[in-house]
Amino acid sequence: MLGFSRPQAAAFLVMTILVIAGPFVLYPIFLMKVLCVALFACAFNLLIGYVGLMSFGHAAYYGMGAYVAAYAAKGWGLSPEIAILLGTLTGAALGTVFGWLAIRRQGIYFAMITLALAQMAYFFCVQAPFTHGEDGIQQIPRGRLFGLFSLNSDMAMYALVAVLFLAVFLLIHRIIHSPFGQVLKAIRENEPRAISLGYRTDDYKLIAFILSAGIAGLAGGAKALVFGIATLTDVHFSTSGGIVLITLLGGLGTVFGPVMGAVIYTSMENYLAQFGSWVTVTQGVIFVVCVLAFRRGIIGELAARLRIAL
Amino acid sequence: MLMIFGYPAPLLFGQLLLGLINGAFYALLSLGLAIIFGMLNIVNFAHGALFTMGAFVAWGLLQYFGIGYWPALLIAPLLVGLFGVLLERVFISRLYRLDHLYGLLLTFGLALIIEGLLRNEFGSAGLPYDIPAQLQGAVNLGFMFLPIYRGWVVLASMVLCLGTWLLIEKTSLGATLRAATENAPLVQAFGINVPRMITLTYAGGVALAAFGGVLAAPIYSVTPDIGGGFLITVFAVVVIGGMGSILGSILTGFSLGVVEGMTKVFYPQAASTVVFVVMVIVLLFRPAGLFGRTA
Repeated sequence: MLGFSRPQAAAFLVMTILVIAGPFVLYPIFLMKVLCVALFACAFNLLIGYVGLMSFGHAAYYGMGAYVAAYAAKGWGLSPEIAILLGTLTGAALGTVFGWLAIRRQGIYFAMITLALAQMAYFFCVQAPFTHGEDGIQQIPRGRLFGLFSLNSDMAMYALVAVLFLAVFLLIHRIIHSPFGQVLKAIRENEPRAISLGYRTDDYKLIAFILSAGIAGLAGGAKALVFGIATLTDVHFSTSGGIVLITLLGGLGTVFGPVMGAVIYTSMENYLAQFGSWVTVTQGVIFVVCVLAFRRGIIGELAARLRIAL
Repeated sequence: MLMIFGYPAPLLFGQLLLGLINGAFYALLSLGLAIIFGMLNIVNFAHGALFTMGAFVAWGLLQYFGIGYWPALLIAPLLVGLFGVLLERVFISRLYRLDHLYGLLLTFGLALIIEGLLRNEFGSAGLPYDIPAQLQGAVNLGFMFLPIYRGWVVLASMVLCLGTWLLIEKTSLGATLRAATENAPLVQAFGINVPRMITLTYAGGVALAAFGGVLAAPIYSVTPDIGGGFLITVFAVVVIGGMGSILGSILTGFSLGVVEGMTKVFYPQAASTVVFVVMVIVLLFRPAGLFGRTA
């Protein structure tokens, strides 16, 4: 089903049960944060894991998605589904431009270009009046879904975020296992060969980039409505670095890795928040350990031990 | 008062000088990045953090040992260079057979550790570091007042950049270095210790960054993100210039600093983004960079 192998189907079932049961055990706001971050990480993993493109500036799409969704919900009073949709489209539109520029160069340059472009977006947000600078857009109303269901209760909001998360997770899975996804993996493994087989690899890369940026915008928009706030932190470079870490920790190019990474990272951030800059130091240590000793990540390591694909 | 394009000349020249100073730091940093990339095939994300370390070492030398600016200008790059040797031997050398990406991620992690530790220890507020007595004050050039220290920063970094360029392009050591960049196994076959050369190259690049840090300490206050703030802009500089050419990265660094300074006069809102805009334009018309060869 949907290209799931048996172990993957089982893992997906477990994940779905956990997503449903979660808010009855843990704080729903915390879980919604995990789901938004997981969505963001899945979007990032679509690029690095399946096309081999390392974007160091994904905060731009996430943060701009958050700002636009926030402004749509608060400034224009639009309903939440439209606000999130606008956030998604913003991410995709920005991704179209930035992706188009960045795919002109490969490898390490690609990473530096995406980083520099994201920094440009950050400075834009610092100066643009609609972002309200350091204060950010605050007290964003969650509104009524389709004009009918109030999202003010955390459980209602959770239901929306959970449905969005599961739907997009399946969508990404479908993309990866489609003929289009197979070409992406071919580009990751050997781009010159894919070109010689007649594929316009730049087109494939750009489409993957737009999809990834759009989903990142969706995650940002959802996050803005959950917390009622969109700030400069969302577009800041540290957010881009965080999402790289999450995906690396969970396992690059694994389906469930980004979700696992998001769970661990968000919990860690919550726990370490009281210790000031130790969060940064811990993140650095995790990066170093992952790169030196643990390149497959948690899920990747698990899958290799069990000899299954996860 | 002399006016140029409707702007008072002192304002124009003042911003030109500020631009040259930023350009000096861009040049020092992108030069180091280019040398390290050429030899190690790694983009050193820790470069900004090591620049910061240079500033902090200078501050620490004065604070705890009473060692002033001039000795610090030599000692700080040396110490940070030694630290670079340690980083290369312990961490980076394990990655040479892997994708370039892992080098970027590893050095990014190291940067987070260094900056996080400095922030824990010294806070984010910034520590003052005085301009050395010999370089205080300003001279009147007729068309503007030149603060002596700022002139010194531009001069010192230009000399250092040119010196590095001469070392690499005109000496036999530099020739060996360039040969090893092109084809390491062949150079090793001639009996040259390439791994040691790689380590020293990393140390050298890092020392350049630390020297920049010491130069910057009296201008900006010594904060944990002084170097990190430069780094992303320097990445754009590197994309614009291409990392293939030493002289190219020096020229690009200085000229983009000047472009940034001039933007502050003519269109201040765009000053923080102008370097990135230039990067976009270069990507559109010369994707390989101004001095780059197509990969």
